[in-house]
Amino acid sequence: MSFPWAKHYEPKSGFMKYVDSRLPIPRLVYNSLGAGYPVPKNLNYFYNFGVLAGVALVIQIITGIVLAMHYAANAKIAFDSVEHIMRDVNGGWMMRYMHATGASFFFIAVYIHIFRGLYYGSYKPPREVLWLLGLVIFLLMMATAFMGYVLVWGQMSFWGATVITGLFSALPLVGETIQTWLLGGFAPDNATLNRFFSLHYLLPFVTLGVVILHVWALHIPGSNNPTGIDVKSEADTVPFHPYYTAKDFFGLGVYLTIFAAVVFFWPNALGEVDNYIPANPLSTPAHIVPEWYFWPFYAILRAFTVDFLFIPAKLWGVIAMFAAILLLFFLPWLDTSPVRSNNYRPMAKIAFWVFFADIILLAICGGKPAEEPWVRLSQLASVYYFAHFLIILPILSRIERPLPLPNSISEAVLKRQTNVGAPASQQLPGAGIAEMPATGRAQPAE
Amino acid sequence: MVKLIAAAIGAIFCAALLWGAVQPRDAVVPDLVKKYYQHAEPAGFSFDNPIVGKFDRAQLQRGFQVYKEVCSGCHSLNRVAFRTLTDIGFSAAEVKAIAKQYDIPSLDAAGEPTTRKGLPSDNFYGPYANDDAARAANNNALPPDLSLIGKSREGGANYVHALLIGYKETPPKDWTTPDGLYFNVHFHSLNIAMPPPLNPDQVTYVDGTKATVDQMAKDVAAFLMWTAEPKLEERRRTGVGAVIFLIILTGLAYLSYARVWQSVKAKKTQV
Amino acid sequence: MATQPHDDLTETGERRRDFIYIATGAFAAAGAAVVVWPLVNQMNPSADVLALASIDVDLSPIQPGQAIKASFRGKPLFVRRLMPAEIEAANKVPVSELRDPQSLADRTKPGNAEWLITLGVCTHLGCVPLGAGEGENRGDFGGYFCPCHGSHYDTAARIRKGPAPKNLEVPEYAFKSPTSVTIG
Repeated sequence: MSFPWAKHYEPKSGFMKYVDSRLPIPRLVYNSLGAGYPVPKNLNYFYNFGVLAGVALVIQIITGIVLAMHYAANAKIAFDSVEHIMRDVNGGWMMRYMHATGASFFFIAVYIHIFRGLYYGSYKPPREVLWLLGLVIFLLMMATAFMGYVLVWGQMSFWGATVITGLFSALPLVGETIQTWLLGGFAPDNATLNRFFSLHYLLPFVTLGVVILHVWALHIPGSNNPTGIDVKSEADTVPFHPYYTAKDFFGLGVYLTIFAAVVFFWPNALGEVDNYIPANPLSTPAHIVPEWYFWPFYAILRAFTVDFLFIPAKLWGVIAMFAAILLLFFLPWLDTSPVRSNNYRPMAKIAFWVFFADIILLAICGGKPAEEPWVRLSQLASVYYFAHFLIILPILSRIERPLPLPNSISEAVLKRQTNVGAPASQQLPGAGIAEMPATGRAQPAE
Repeated sequence: MVKLIAAAIGAIFCAALLWGAVQPRDAVVPDLVKKYYQHAEPAGFSFDNPIVGKFDRAQLQRGFQVYKEVCSGCHSLNRVAFRTLTDIGFSAAEVKAIAKQYDIPSLDAAGEPTTRKGLPSDNFYGPYANDDAARAANNNALPPDLSLIGKSREGGANYVHALLIGYKETPPKDWTTPDGLYFNVHFHSLNIAMPPPLNPDQVTYVDGTKATVDQMAKDVAAFLMWTAEPKLEERRRTGVGAVIFLIILTGLAYLSYARVWQSVKAKKTQV
Repeated sequence: MATQPHDDLTETGERRRDFIYIATGAFAAAGAAVVVWPLVNQMNPSADVLALASIDVDLSPIQPGQAIKASFRGKPLFVRRLMPAEIEAANKVPVSELRDPQSLADRTKPGNAEWLITLGVCTHLGCVPLGAGEGENRGDFGGYFCPCHGSHYDTAARIRKGPAPKNLEVPEYAFKSPTSVTIG
C-alpha cells in the first residue's frame, strides 16, 4: 500500500476473484494486516501493544454484550442484577470479572502504547493525524470506562458519578445547570443510570470506528520504528504477515496468560471494595478514589489547592485536569525536533524518563487520601507534567544536539547485531545502554 | 508562536501549583483513629491460596450455624438463596427444612399482606422488613446485610474474623467510646454499634468442634466469604485450566514466531 | 505462510516447522472453541430460573368442584378437583370419537382421578381459557372455554368443539402426599 515494493494481492481461486471484483475485503485485509503491508523489521515488543489494545477492545465488546443481556439499568435493581450475574447466570461471574479486569488491561495496553509513541516520537510528522485519532480513542475510553463503572451502582459508582459530574459545577455561571443536565436530576439517580448505560453501550462502537480510522491513518505513512528514521528500501521492511502476525500472536499469548491469571485468581485486586456495597445517597465512603487508571489525572485535579489570579482552586483543578489531556493534542507542534526516536536525543531521553517517573508519582498520589505529603508531592509532580510538555520539550527541540542517525534501519540493525563498539555509539558514553529501551534486550558483543 | 503560547500557559499552571505548594499547611492534628486502628491479621483460611485454595465444607456448615444462631438476629443475608446451601454440603431435604424455618412475605387471595413458608428457591429473608425498621430496632445503627461482607471490606474474611475478636474491654485513656458503642480496634472508626456478639460455647457445634470465640469467628468469616464469592472454587479451577492452556499456546506461538523470523535474523548476522 | 528457502533447513527441519505451525493453529482453534461455550451457555436459563422449574402445590384448600390457578414456569396452571358427576360425564364419552383421543384415566394419576391438573394454555393459539375461576364460563361441556376463538374443553380438559387441535396439556407431576403435588 504505502511502499512500491509492497506485495500485491492476487486472488487465487475463481471464487476469490469473484469476491475481489465486487467487495474486496480480502484485498483490504491483505493490504492492512497481511503480506501486502511492509513493516520496518526492527520493531520491538513495545510495538505489540497496539494490537493488544485492539484485542482488549474486542474482549470488552463481547463480554459487554453478554452482560447487557442480564443487566438491568434501573437504580432499584441494578446492583441486584449484577449480583444475579455473579451468582445465578451460567458463567456470569466469568463474564463480569473479564469485563471489569478487561477494562484495566485495556488501559494498561493503551498506556504502554502511548508511552511507546512518546519515546519513539511516533506523533511527529507525517503521523500527527494518527496521534490525534489515538487521543480521541483515549478520551472515548475514559468516558466509557467511567460510565461503565457507574453501572454497577455500588458506593464507588454512585459517589464517583457525583464527584465527576460535580467537576462541571466548577464552571462559572453555567456549571450547576450543566451538572443537573448531565445527571438528569440533582443527584445521580435512575435517569443518570439509564443514560450512562445507553452511552456505555454506544461509545465502544464509536471507539471501534475511530480505531479503524487510526489503523487507516497508520497505513498511509506506515509504522514508525525504534530508530525513528524513515524506511528507505525493501531491505528495511518485512511483510506484516507472517512476520508480525507471528510476533503479535506470541505477544497476545503472553498478554492473555497474564489476563487470565488476574481474572481467575485475583479478580478484585484492581477494584475497590466499597463498590460491593450498594449505592447509598446518604452516606459517602471515607475515601473516594476513582479506578487506578484515572489516578494521575485525579492527582492533577486535586493538586490545585489555592485560589490564584481570581480563579477559584476548584476551577483551576478542573481546567488543569482537562488541559493535561488536551495538551497532548498539540504535542506534534510543541516537540518539533526533526529526530523522532529518543534513542538519538540524549536530553529528551532524560526528560522522558523523568516524565515517566512523574506519571507514576502522580498515580501514587492520586490513589492516596488528600493529606500531606501527598498533596505537596502531587503539586510538584503536576508542575513537571505541565512543564514537560509545554516548556521543556519545546525548548529541547530547539537547543538539543541529537546523536548521528544511522543511514538506514538495516544499518542500525546490523550495527547492533555485530558490534556494540561501532563509532556511532562511541560518541556518547552510555550510548550502548541507550539502545536498551529500544530493543528490550541488550545484545552482548560477540 | 504555538510554543510561546504553550510556554505561557505552562508557566501559569506551574505558578498556580507552586503557589499552592508553598502555602503553609495547617498543623497536623494527631489522628487517634490512625494510632489505634489495626489492620486485620491473616487468620489462616483453607481458601487463602489464590490459585488452589478451597473452602472447607465442614467449616462452612459450622459458620452457617453461627450465622443462623447468632448473627441472623440482626443481620440479613438477602442475596443468598437457600438452594445454594447445597453447595456447602447440605442435602436437598436439609435445605428444604432450613428454608421452611423462614417466613417470606406474600399476599393472600384477597391481596392482603401475609407470610408463607420459605422454599429452596427463595432468598434468605429478615430479620427486618426494611432498613428503617432495622435502624429503629438498633439504636439508629444499621446492621449491614452480610451477603457481600467478605468482599466489601478491606481484608475480606480476615477482617470479619478480626472484627469479631477485636473488642477491647477498656479503650485507651485518650479515647472515648460513647455509651451504646463498643471499642474495637479493627473497626474503621474504632467505635462500633454492634455489641460483642460471640461468647465461648455460644453455639453447640454438631460436629463436636469446641466453640471458642476464635473458632466461631473464623467459621462464620469463612461462611461469609462463601456467601460473597460462591463461585470461588469454580473460578480457581477454571483458571488453572485456562492458564495452563494459555502457557502451552504461548510456548507454541513463540516457537512459530522464532521459526518465522529465523531467516531475517540469519540474514542480519551474515555480514 | 511464506516459504523460506534456506540451505541450513533440512527436509526434516521443514517438516518440523510445519508441525509447529499446525500445532499452534490447532491449539488456538481449540481454545477459541472452548471460549465459545460460556458465551452460548450464558443464554440458557439461570440458576434462579431453574429453581422455579418445579413447584409444590398444596391441594388441601380445594373443595370438589373448585379449581385454582397457579403459576408454573411462567404459565398458568389449572388444578381442578372434579365432582363425581363430572368424572362420570368425562368417562361416558367414547374415547374414539374425540379429536385428541384420551380417557380421563390417561390424564390423571391412578387413584386420584378427581385431581385434574393441566396447563391453562389453549392449544389453539395460546390464550388462557376461562373456567378455573369462580363463576367463569366453562363452555358447552362444563370444563374450560377459551374466549379467543371459542374452543370448548370438557371436564377432562379435552378439546370437544372449536379450533384447538389438542387437549389441554397435562404437565409432569407426582403426588407427594394425598394433599400435595410436585409439578415438573
